[in-house]
Amino acid sequence: MSATPTGPLLPQPVMTRPTTRATLRADVAALLADGHRMLMVVAENAPGAVRLGYVLARPAGGPDHGAQESRVELTLEVSTDDAWVPTIADQSYPGGRFEREIRDLFGVEPRDHPLPRRLVRHAHWPRAWHPLLGERSAQTDVVPDFGEDLSAFPFLEVGGDGVYEIPVGPVHAGLIEPGHFRFSVVGETIVRMKARLWYLHRGVERLFEGRTPDDGVVLAERISGDTAVGHTLAYALACEEALGLVVPPRDRLVRALLLELERMHNHAADLGMILNDVAFGLANVHLQRVRENLLRLNDSVTGHRLLRGGVRVGGADVVALPDAGLVRAAAADVADVVRLALEHPMVLDRLVGTAVLGREDAVRMGVLGYVARASGVDVDARRDHPFVDPAVLPGGAPDAVVDAEGDVLARFTVRAREVEASARFVVAATEVLAGGGPGASAGPRPAAPQRVTRGLGVVEAWRGLLCHRVTVGADGRLVRVKVVDPSFMNWPALPVALADTIVPDFPLANKSFNQSYAGNDL
Amino acid sequence: MSGEVRVVVAVVLQTVVVVVAAPFLVGVLRQVRARWEGRVGQGLLQPWRDLVKLARKEPLQANGSTVVAWVAPVVVLGSGLLLAALVPTVTTAGPARLPADLFVVVSVLLVGTVALGLLGLDAGSAFGGMGSSRHLTIAALVEPTVLLAVYALSVPVGSTALGPIVEGRLADPGRVVAPAGVLAVVALAIAVVAETARIPVDNPSTHLELTMVHEAMVLESSGRDLAAVELGSWLRLSVLLALVANLVVPWGVATAGDGPGLPALAVGVVAVVVKTAVSGVLLATAEVFMAKLRLFRVPELLTGSFVLAFLAVTGSYVIG
Repeated sequence: MSATPTGPLLPQPVMTRPTTRATLRADVAALLADGHRMLMVVAENAPGAVRLGYVLARPAGGPDHGAQESRVELTLEVSTDDAWVPTIADQSYPGGRFEREIRDLFGVEPRDHPLPRRLVRHAHWPRAWHPLLGERSAQTDVVPDFGEDLSAFPFLEVGGDGVYEIPVGPVHAGLIEPGHFRFSVVGETIVRMKARLWYLHRGVERLFEGRTPDDGVVLAERISGDTAVGHTLAYALACEEALGLVVPPRDRLVRALLLELERMHNHAADLGMILNDVAFGLANVHLQRVRENLLRLNDSVTGHRLLRGGVRVGGADVVALPDAGLVRAAAADVADVVRLALEHPMVLDRLVGTAVLGREDAVRMGVLGYVARASGVDVDARRDHPFVDPAVLPGGAPDAVVDAEGDVLARFTVRAREVEASARFVVAATEVLAGGGPGASAGPRPAAPQRVTRGLGVVEAWRGLLCHRVTVGADGRLVRVKVVDPSFMNWPALPVALADTIVPDFPLANKSFNQSYAGNDL
Repeated sequence: MSGEVRVVVAVVLQTVVVVVAAPFLVGVLRQVRARWEGRVGQGLLQPWRDLVKLARKEPLQANGSTVVAWVAPVVVLGSGLLLAALVPTVTTAGPARLPADLFVVVSVLLVGTVALGLLGLDAGSAFGGMGSSRHLTIAALVEPTVLLAVYALSVPVGSTALGPIVEGRLADPGRVVAPAGVLAVVALAIAVVAETARIPVDNPSTHLELTMVHEAMVLESSGRDLAAVELGSWLRLSVLLALVANLVVPWGVATAGDGPGLPALAVGVVAVVVKTAVSGVLLATAEVFMAKLRLFRVPELLTGSFVLAFLAVTGSYVIG
């Protein structure tokens, strides 16, 4: 860890604090009470042991705290022969989910976990197979013989007169990723919904291991296709902290710009698809037209329609700056279609009051991104965990748009207004960059640290706060990359929002969340 | 030709015209939507191509399906064909021994509706059952409206047969704009939209199984069975749309007399094709600017149309 920074060093380095099984729960409780949020629990292979890191962060500039943000990692090593930790599930809901993930992938048992069911693991995996346990080797790369999925996935059966179950998926009509949903329904009203994910578990985190940080970019861009910039940026920030690289101010601004371009094209497409789900196809085709224009714009900026190739470890490259006129036109078109849709009484009737996620539930479950902001939770990593010096930002960070209703309409309008905010930012940033902009001098690349170093990258991707934790070995190769897509936090909130929603409104509710399967399943 | 033979010729011709035209009408609906959305569209012939393709394919049936899976598609198609013969589209003439009575027509509609509902239930999949449950809920609300609306139209004519009702409007065009008549036709039009699974009640082009009504019931059908079900449903759509068109604009239809001659029939064919095509364009256009109602709002819409039909009946007694 370097000396205390003078002035805001962006992003903040992670303070590592060792802890023990006996003190873990108290340490976590203290950090949570001090305004920290659980970002991730990361497990890493150590000789004969598993090293666990509980990463928490406190936003910058909160009213109760100074302007300084804080990032803390509580570390704990458990021997593989005695692999258990005291659960923190009762203190942090996301923490409990990370524990289940680690139990399935590394075999570390969370003791006294209130909901000890398997999470990542599907029933056809061989018993006692923990795919991420142990150093990567030819042996761990061998996919074992999968048996048949004999055990039925245990769903809580809802009994009673007239209750029936609807199983949906994992193969869906249309171009949707795989996920299995089990509805317990009375008439048309959903009593309970259970989602089964992790059909897309590809072992992405394992694939990073052994690559150089620069080679990992290609993989990070492909974790979730629609979040190429978000994942790559979080990955790059984490690598830069681990390697001690300083990114020139100009490249930071370019990264912020790419992040907003990604937000724009995804929001435009999703707004259209939400309207398509209420059979308002006319609005959808117009928004897909806007999306196509934005994708072509992206192509002119980084040479790739989904903005791959823009962010790299240590900087960012663009072929050309975006055409401000096209960005403005796209935002105006989106605003126009959204206005027309919301003036339509039938459309409005479908969106209002559908699938409400209350603020308390959103806070308790640690929900992120537009889903949280639509439920009145003001979280936005662009402001809370900035990576660009605010002095450089034209007009400050893009505004976080908050609504309190928590229904489909709130998620719809939050995203519509985010498109406007993003467009304003892109235009302003383009002007700054075109007028010379902040310094671009990278300075000499520092020598590799020659020891094991770690870094954390936190980014407000379009779905919400996204973070990567990277460990670089003494040989300069990646030892462990932990990816947390906001979908991991947001998926469990969907069934909560569905209480008392009717079955034919589920696709609409699901689309208004639109969480990633690939980003969640990894 | 004797009158009797002429009537049979007219009815056969009418049925053939409806069968040939029904897939084209669906093509028109899709094409109009595509053009409004700025797409090229699939062309008017595509529904026919789909039908021919499906008819050549062997139907596959889900495990555990029963004889219903075989019979229901035939019944759906049969009821569609019967409707095409009974409902005055090209001609108001009908064989005297085959009453195109209001109750007969509604019953034939209902036979098709129930067959489709049973088909959805037969394979035992959750989607089919869901579709059937919704479909029959809607049918239970729609059928009384159809019955009542046509009854209101029958009051001034003094006959519950559809042929004379259309002829009566042709003879006395004042009835077309009479308040009771307008109310009845509006009520009937809403019922037709619901009966034929169009927006805002159902979305015929959705891929979302959980929101489907009609499509959910035919998910398990394939090959020839699917072709029969699809054609049967399209026949219902075409016949009902043509009936509404004939009630609003009765001119051109070949009247009964003592059996219509070939020139009158030719005019009748052209007239009904034009009228139905125009109403199809209007329907598709209206759909483009509408969204689908929340399922629990559909009963409100249908109750509204029932009230209109009821007012029409009352009105036709009070103010003629």
